[in-house]
Amino acid sequence: MATGIRDKVAILGMGCSKFGERWDMGADDLLVEAFQECIEDAGIDKNEIQAAWLGTCFPEISVGQSALPLSISLRLPNIPVTRVENFCASGTESFRGAVYAVASGAYDICLAAGVEKLKDTGYGGLPEFGANAGPRAWMTGVNMTAPGSFAQLASGYGAKYKKSDEEIKRALAHVSAKSHANGVKNPKAHLRKAVSEEQIMAAPIIAHPLGLFDCCGVSDGSACAIVTTPEIAKSLGKTDLISVKAIQLSLSNGYEMGYNEWEVDHFVTTSKASEKAYEEAGIKNPREEVSMMEVHDCFSITEMVTMEDLHISPRGEAIKDIMDGFYDADGKVPCQIDGGLKCFGHPIGASGLRMLYEMYLQLLGRAGDRQLKDPRIGLTHNLGGFPFMNVCSVAIIGRHG
Amino acid sequence: MVGITAYGAYIPKRRLNRMAIIQSMGWLAPALMTAAAGERSMCNWDEDAMTMAVAAARDCMTGMDKSAVSAAYLASTSLPFKERQNCGILTTALNLPEEGLVTADFTASLKSGTTALLTGIDAVRGEGKDHVLVTASDARQTKCAWFFEMWYGDGAASLLLGKDNVIAEFKGAHSVSCDFVGAYRGANAKFDYGWEERWIREQGFTKIIPAAINGALEKCGLSMDDISKVVYPCHLSPRVHQSIAKPLKAGPEKIQDNMAAVLGDTGAAHPLMMFVAALEEANPGDKIVVASFGQGCDALVFEVTDNIKKLPARAGVKGSLANRKEEAQYSKFQKFRDLVNVEMGIRAEANKQTALSAMWRYRKQVLGLVGGKCTKCGTPQYPKVRMCVNPSCGAVDTMEEHAFADKAGIIKSYTGDMLAVSVDPPAIYGLIQFEGGGRALFDFTDCELADVKVGQPVKMSLRMKYYDEARDFHGYYWKAVPQT
Repeated sequence: MATGIRDKVAILGMGCSKFGERWDMGADDLLVEAFQECIEDAGIDKNEIQAAWLGTCFPEISVGQSALPLSISLRLPNIPVTRVENFCASGTESFRGAVYAVASGAYDICLAAGVEKLKDTGYGGLPEFGANAGPRAWMTGVNMTAPGSFAQLASGYGAKYKKSDEEIKRALAHVSAKSHANGVKNPKAHLRKAVSEEQIMAAPIIAHPLGLFDCCGVSDGSACAIVTTPEIAKSLGKTDLISVKAIQLSLSNGYEMGYNEWEVDHFVTTSKASEKAYEEAGIKNPREEVSMMEVHDCFSITEMVTMEDLHISPRGEAIKDIMDGFYDADGKVPCQIDGGLKCFGHPIGASGLRMLYEMYLQLLGRAGDRQLKDPRIGLTHNLGGFPFMNVCSVAIIGRHG
Repeated sequence: MVGITAYGAYIPKRRLNRMAIIQSMGWLAPALMTAAAGERSMCNWDEDAMTMAVAAARDCMTGMDKSAVSAAYLASTSLPFKERQNCGILTTALNLPEEGLVTADFTASLKSGTTALLTGIDAVRGEGKDHVLVTASDARQTKCAWFFEMWYGDGAASLLLGKDNVIAEFKGAHSVSCDFVGAYRGANAKFDYGWEERWIREQGFTKIIPAAINGALEKCGLSMDDISKVVYPCHLSPRVHQSIAKPLKAGPEKIQDNMAAVLGDTGAAHPLMMFVAALEEANPGDKIVVASFGQGCDALVFEVTDNIKKLPARAGVKGSLANRKEEAQYSKFQKFRDLVNVEMGIRAEANKQTALSAMWRYRKQVLGLVGGKCTKCGTPQYPKVRMCVNPSCGAVDTMEEHAFADKAGIIKSYTGDMLAVSVDPPAIYGLIQFEGGGRALFDFTDCELADVKVGQPVKMSLRMKYYDEARDFHGYYWKAVPQT
């Protein structure tokens, strides 16, 4: 009988590079920047790492294939290193690989790293998918971008819950304004500028109804974690242990896209992954028990509907919670306290680990100006792909025991 | 009885006011003012002779049995492929059976539409082909600020030929074939090169068309008094068009309007287009003579039957002309036809190579919009794959073909995307739910973002999906047209 991952693995150390337009650094340099902080935090020697995972999503434009870029950048001692890719869940997948390896007893200490170098394309936004999307992409694929795919949630959600365009647009503005306010307090964030709801609503449209400020930053960056067993962590002198409570993944199977029921109003996968994660973590009432969250706010509308799929806001009531300030820094469940993808930035392969990094800092009381009061449980969420077919990951970490 | 059993037409929704050309280019070519009356049809950026042919043929096949078609002919001077039979794209888009089907392209002359029609009639009469589909389409490229740009229009017309339920019986025909070249387009040229209009009028139109028509009437033992309508094209001025009938002794009431004021000359399609317009107004017993003008002329005589009253409703020429949106910006016409070099950004540089092996494997899906229907649970689904999408079924290899192109659909979600590379931003697209089941994401076309709503009905239309400049390859796929 499977018992889940709860409290079987502890985080020994974490590191995160500054995110942003890192014209000065390649992916290998960014990996080193995050790793230096991480290994220092862990307090171990590099040679104690027994296996490693690397998450990247667009290797074509940065590191290339295989896990060699991690092994070479960090001069790892010829250990097993694996590259994983699962769209925007790639960073969390890397973490999952390392955590499961420790939990299995195969290794004592493992490294999970993620990196993305997106700013070498010559244009804004994510790299074009077309060239590498397979022979049918041009034949039948819709002329769709990431903002355009997620923007459709607004039309589906509005139609289902009878919400006006104005109501939705205002709630989305609040989502982004909150993240901008949080990002100001984060020295590692890509975007550190407060923006008003009025400015957000007046910005140029990227994909109707999403404007410029409804879209997250496309950034360069890296983050990593070193994990081990709680016993080894204690033996290394760690006292305030942070352990993994749950890691769940849920992938679309074509139902949203191909069957006749889904109404483009929510994420089927997030709804399932979060249920399984709460069960794994022993959380009965997430609205009460989750202290804080870092969710995949690639677009403001994604964050909005995700509040319902994480079972924090009741169905159809995310707008009310958002406008009530429930997810603001001083709200009941602060969300995107580090600025989120919106302002911390979104180097895809690093994002899942970056979210865990913030939860880790908050749980240890090391979050500086943006420190929350006595958080106990932190949830992270990634959503890779499109509302129509996607990969969702949910991870929960908290104080050990 | 052999003759026409159905007709159809397609004219792009956009109409360019010819004064828009004058306003933009009149400083350079003031003489264009003499041809600036009215408007001409213009393809949307994702339309061409191929997509219009498909639309006209679908209109023609309204209420008809597609599986009974045993030959299909496509006539045009502006088809996308020199090698790769263009008619094969048409028949795949119509999802006609591949076995037992004869297809052919008729091209390189503006009379190719009537030649295809004559050949089709011969096939029905002589080769035991009961149903032959003849489609003519043209969207000719023209240089900026020249008369061709003023005169020409884009459009397609389609006729179904057969022996049963004939709406216009074929009575006889006469052809004149000669190497009269009023204008030509070399094999590697994009644009027409033409000679003086006065010469074309005097030595061409007014001699060759009457000779062919008189020949046809003589063969049928008819005189002009027996004829209700005379259908022939002429892209020159309305006055010249009328003057061609003089030697035929046909009064102005018998001359079928060439639609210069509302459509422009649609090239190889035009004789058929005008014929369809004539049929729309015809009464049983009317005799109509249809003639073309290219390197010679084909003239065909038809007699309308009582069956014309029973033909199921369709757009035809009248409906297509009524589905109209004025385009006042000449620069859109230029960009849509790739006549100006506009910066499209680095995103537009993506490699668009088409895997021909995959194109063959997925031809019914891509060109025919054929999906699947699970024979176990009855769920229609798209695309057709091996495992059923119904979560409570999941059966393997139970899928039969299920065509979606003619199914009604509604919009479930949408956006207008300013980031996507588009000739006419925003790129509008969304999820379409088909009546009876099945859904997919599609690009939308011929619509304005402000008019698009969740729950709005759509019709599907084959359009150009991409053009691979590096390999001169046009890719076609289906898009949703929101209905307002």
